[in-house]
Amino acid sequence: MTVIALNELSASFNGRRVLGPLSLEVNAGERVALVGKSGAGKSTLLKLAWEHCGPEIALVPQDLGLVPALSVFHNVYMGRVNQRSSWYNALTLLRPFSKDRQAVGTILKRLSIADKQWSPLASLSGGQRQRVAIARAIYQGAGTLIADEPVSALDGPLADKVMALLNEHFNSYLIALHDVDLALRYCDRIVGVADGMIALDEPSSRLSKADILPLY
Amino acid sequence: MFSFPTVRVSLFFIVIAVGCLLLADLSISAANPWKDLGNFFLGLVTPDFFSYQGLATALLRTLAFAFVGVALGSAVGFLLALAYRWSAVRIFCGTIRAVHELFWALIFLQFFGFHPLTGVLAIAIPYSGIFAKVYSEILDEVDPEPARALPKGTGLISTYLFALLPQCWEQIKTYTAYRLECGLRSSAVLGFVGLPTLGFYLESSFAQGLYSEAGAMLILFYVVIATIPLWLRRQTLPFFLIAAPFCLGEGFPIIWDNVSRFFTEDIIPAPLRHGDGLAGLFDWGADILITEAMPGIWNTLLLTQMALVLTGIIALMTFPLISTQFGRPAGRLGGHVFLVILRSTPEYMLAYILLQVWGPSMLPAVVALALHNGGIIGHLVGRQSSNLSLRADAPRGLNRYGYEIVPRVYRSFLALLFYRWEIIMRETAILGILGIYTLGFFVDSAIQNIQFDRALVLIAITALLNIGIDKLSRVIRRRLALQTLPTC
Repeated sequence: MTVIALNELSASFNGRRVLGPLSLEVNAGERVALVGKSGAGKSTLLKLAWEHCGPEIALVPQDLGLVPALSVFHNVYMGRVNQRSSWYNALTLLRPFSKDRQAVGTILKRLSIADKQWSPLASLSGGQRQRVAIARAIYQGAGTLIADEPVSALDGPLADKVMALLNEHFNSYLIALHDVDLALRYCDRIVGVADGMIALDEPSSRLSKADILPLY
Repeated sequence: MFSFPTVRVSLFFIVIAVGCLLLADLSISAANPWKDLGNFFLGLVTPDFFSYQGLATALLRTLAFAFVGVALGSAVGFLLALAYRWSAVRIFCGTIRAVHELFWALIFLQFFGFHPLTGVLAIAIPYSGIFAKVYSEILDEVDPEPARALPKGTGLISTYLFALLPQCWEQIKTYTAYRLECGLRSSAVLGFVGLPTLGFYLESSFAQGLYSEAGAMLILFYVVIATIPLWLRRQTLPFFLIAAPFCLGEGFPIIWDNVSRFFTEDIIPAPLRHGDGLAGLFDWGADILITEAMPGIWNTLLLTQMALVLTGIIALMTFPLISTQFGRPAGRLGGHVFLVILRSTPEYMLAYILLQVWGPSMLPAVVALALHNGGIIGHLVGRQSSNLSLRADAPRGLNRYGYEIVPRVYRSFLALLFYRWEIIMRETAILGILGIYTLGFFVDSAIQNIQFDRALVLIAITALLNIGIDKLSRVIRRRLALQTLPTC
């Protein structure tokens, strides 16, 4: 079963084609890394993928899509606003229910930011914000994830920890990563993008760092 | 100098205003104008807070009408803002805000009578049109990414609650609180057409020459407005909102026969009511146009253009009073008090006072409009000029004013002035009720003569004129690339 399918799609910006036409399928259970130098079209490809996939999918966009005026808890809670009634959501905005606090707290703990649960998002650093966006995606509970550089602002050990957590919660994903080592370590398949086209598509077991570096 | 488009446009408007000056009646007809004005100021410095026990009630009613009207207006305005992308909604909002609160009050008085609903709707209707526009502009500025990142299938309400409103809540709050200040002024002025707010008592004090009593009312009104940040808090707001509807007073009951007669008979053009057919309707329309609308529009335009330029002059003269670039802190405090008084006094009230002491002509109206609006713009420009950082050896005094400050603030000054053009025009039309021959005069006379069909036609013409000036102001601001925030 495919969870993400792009079929001969292309994207233009100001009348100039920046991506495709290309096709890409991600099957259930497949963890795919998207690599390539900046400007190659990774973010555009992820946006197209998000627009063309079904509802059961979580997203960590490049600019995170967080609301600075709300607390960390509410930003994470947003992962499930579609599963609750508007009334429940409105009440949560005033005073969160304890079972939601616990569920969100558990995820924040795994990401080492449990102490920030009630801080306003605006007071957080870049790396902390990135983890809040990841917590939101995990809390959503979908099996599939689309993420654009979700660990770019995290240091080495923390990036490892977060990638491991993503592998634990999502059995399939399409993640743009500029860190080739992380891609090889955590993903089953590597898709390389160059000049808006797919230039490489191999299982990571068959690749080494040297095979990927020419893309950059 | 003349190579700057902003300077050329300014000169163009000054030339028009000078032309209007030659055509307008600006005489002082009162026998002893300066003595009366002196008496009025004497009243202001010797206020009598205890002569009249109705003073507290008048203040309470003024606050209550403002709260209920603005709350209703902001709620309806918010809902309209959500649908603002449809042009039908935009046109509807543009129309209801082009009609002044006092005209709405005059209309509702005809069928609701002196029921509290008249005052509440007179504020709520035009305000909802303004709220809709400004809220939708605020919502348009919100970062759309969080809404896009929400899980698919998220409902509209939850999207607004979590991704859109939190991002602009502060702005919405600030603007709504600011609008409440405007609402207090509107509410006070509604007294002049007979509702039980401050204007009503002010008018009767003036009529009896009780200047100390009038002075006390004005001072209390300034204090209420100046202390808004102290008493309007998140904790006190629910109390005010719940209490306000109960403080509107009883008024008189609505006579429903009047309501149905108003819509089925009164506002039907007279020739149709009398079966004179289309020919009669044409004569009737031509008569209104020639004898009332044309002179009304002409005088409204004359007055507006003179008031606009004088507003600019007053703003440019007064902003240094509060600017940190000039003067000393003690002097600036005085400047702040002066500008608060100018902008807190509704232009209608100022015009009324000046008309009492100078006699009827365009002069009191021009001065009143220019003082009020000049006070508002002077305050905003002064605040902006305080944020400028000049080189350490910049000139002082008049040279600093002319070479350093005015060139830097002139564009935003012009933007504010053109933004207020339409507001000045709306007020100009309304001042006709006081006896100056602008459109409001003819509307008021038609209502006095129980010709509501004529009154509605004239109100519609006034609204169209306001919409036209609004469009023209937009074009000029766009041509000159001027940007501004809404003021009221």
